[in-house]
Amino acid sequence: MKAKFAPGKLLIHLLFIFVTLCMIVPFILVISISFTDESSILDNGYQFIPSDFSMKAYEYIFKAPILLLRAYGVTVLITVAGTLLSLLITAMLGYVISRRDFRYRVPATFFIFFTMLFNGGLVPSYILITQYLFLQNTLWALILPSLVSPFYIMIMKGFLTKMPFEIIESAKMDGARELRIFFTIVLPLSTPALATLGLFISFGFWNSWFPSLLYIDNEKLIPIQLLLVRMLQSLEFLTSNSDFVNQFGVDTSELPTLSARMAMAILAGGPMVFIFPFFQKYFVKGLTVGSLKG
Amino acid sequence: MKSRSEWVHLKKNSELLLLLMPGALLVFVFSYLPMFGTVLAFKDFRYDKGFWGSDWIGFDNFRFFFISDNAWLITRNTVGYGLIYMLLTTVIALAFAMLMNEMGKKWLRIHQTAMFIPYCLSWVVVSYLALALLDSSNGYLNKVLELFGMETHMWYLETKPWPYILVSAYLWKNIGFSTLVYFAGIMGINQEYYEAAKIDGASRWQMATRVTLPMLSTLIVVLLILAIGHIFVGDFGLHYFIPNNNGMTFPTTDIIDTYVFRALRVYGDIGMSTAIGVYQSAVGLVLVIAANYVVRKINEENSLF
Repeated sequence: MKAKFAPGKLLIHLLFIFVTLCMIVPFILVISISFTDESSILDNGYQFIPSDFSMKAYEYIFKAPILLLRAYGVTVLITVAGTLLSLLITAMLGYVISRRDFRYRVPATFFIFFTMLFNGGLVPSYILITQYLFLQNTLWALILPSLVSPFYIMIMKGFLTKMPFEIIESAKMDGARELRIFFTIVLPLSTPALATLGLFISFGFWNSWFPSLLYIDNEKLIPIQLLLVRMLQSLEFLTSNSDFVNQFGVDTSELPTLSARMAMAILAGGPMVFIFPFFQKYFVKGLTVGSLKG
Repeated sequence: MKSRSEWVHLKKNSELLLLLMPGALLVFVFSYLPMFGTVLAFKDFRYDKGFWGSDWIGFDNFRFFFISDNAWLITRNTVGYGLIYMLLTTVIALAFAMLMNEMGKKWLRIHQTAMFIPYCLSWVVVSYLALALLDSSNGYLNKVLELFGMETHMWYLETKPWPYILVSAYLWKNIGFSTLVYFAGIMGINQEYYEAAKIDGASRWQMATRVTLPMLSTLIVVLLILAIGHIFVGDFGLHYFIPNNNGMTFPTTDIIDTYVFRALRVYGDIGMSTAIGVYQSAVGLVLVIAANYVVRKINEENSLF
């Protein structure tokens, strides 16, 4: 389509420039805060252009990096392991129910998608995981329950349904068996879908705080998001109860709380924002939500 | 004879079944087993007696919940927010996706990236961003209000502003994703339709309303039906972290999900929180089936099942 100058086009551009600004501006604010000197914040409030530049917040965090590094380690581990496992299982399920010649396609599809409509709720899952599977305080509690997501299977199925069936048939003709067809033909041809879903799934694992909020008490297994939650709560406690805390010889005014908070948020969110643009080219190709009908 | 032929089919499909097995097992354990756990709603659960040994108490758990003021409050909030999120997301994302289609590739990429970035973040991180804006003493929003000589607010202690804040936060984080899904749908439309429309002398507006929208209708309806099921499942992260789990804001921020979480983790009331969960799932299911029924009456092609 030819790009012609027209007032309508200009309006569209202005609209999207406005939207883009709305999306970006809060980040700029938070980045600025993280580089602002604490006393300047107390005097002037949060500012987009720091009146007193300072790296103290980051120095403070990296003074005792063990907590942060361990949390990063846990998060990276569950993200990598979880994403790989989840992708494999999503691809397998999506592939099998996309095969028109699979005899049990309708019941299998129903079995998977019914969970989108009805679930037991939080408490039975909680009791199952803590009382019967004994996954409390293990990394499995953060990985296993999130491996299968019907919505991603729907996207995978939508993508695979568009793949010409002749490819599979001709492979069969050549004597390839199902497992081999799946691993050597279907998976490599699904790269756009796998890249897109892989990115979404890895967001999910990186950003997951709910399972850790529920199941993790062990200090060594805290992922970065839960660390962030706790930091928010404990800094809240320290600043709002400064008289109480001061009794114990902790000088709360020395804590760069306001800027350190924002610095932590950047450290937790940064990696995902950074890797996302590299995957963007696969997005539109990979995201074909097919209809659910069997 | 029949069972024997079934055996042949099983054997023929065995390798595909093998591929299905690990996922199916996970679904069974983590999605279906908890469904059986809903019987806890009818029991007085005690950890020492366990799942099987706890006493049956009929509908008491439900009764305690429904006679409290909370039942109405959190139901109203959950449904209210759910409806607003669903309608606004659908309308705005569709509009954005169709407008994006009119844009050059280079600009498209920039805007798409910017709109998608918030989706990459967790609600915890977003709550820190919200804090930067809403903090009562240092927050940027209050500074701007001050600048214009307006009244500043203690955002985290008030109830009135929260519907606006939560809806803004929801849209800010999710609109990029929904727009992308619809945009992918538009990209999937066969270009021939547009060429045919062009030959017939259709304007851009006519192409959008006569080609794009009808071609997207299946996708829109499928997503809407699923969203209707979600009206009763609130966004826990949004409603827990953005208002900072602050009791003062509960009248306008508390939803079923945050309530159940508190009932479980703070009060340890297993029976009642299960009962609320059952209430939530059951209503969600009814809503989806009803929505699907209505859609099927109108146009069978578009229904989900």
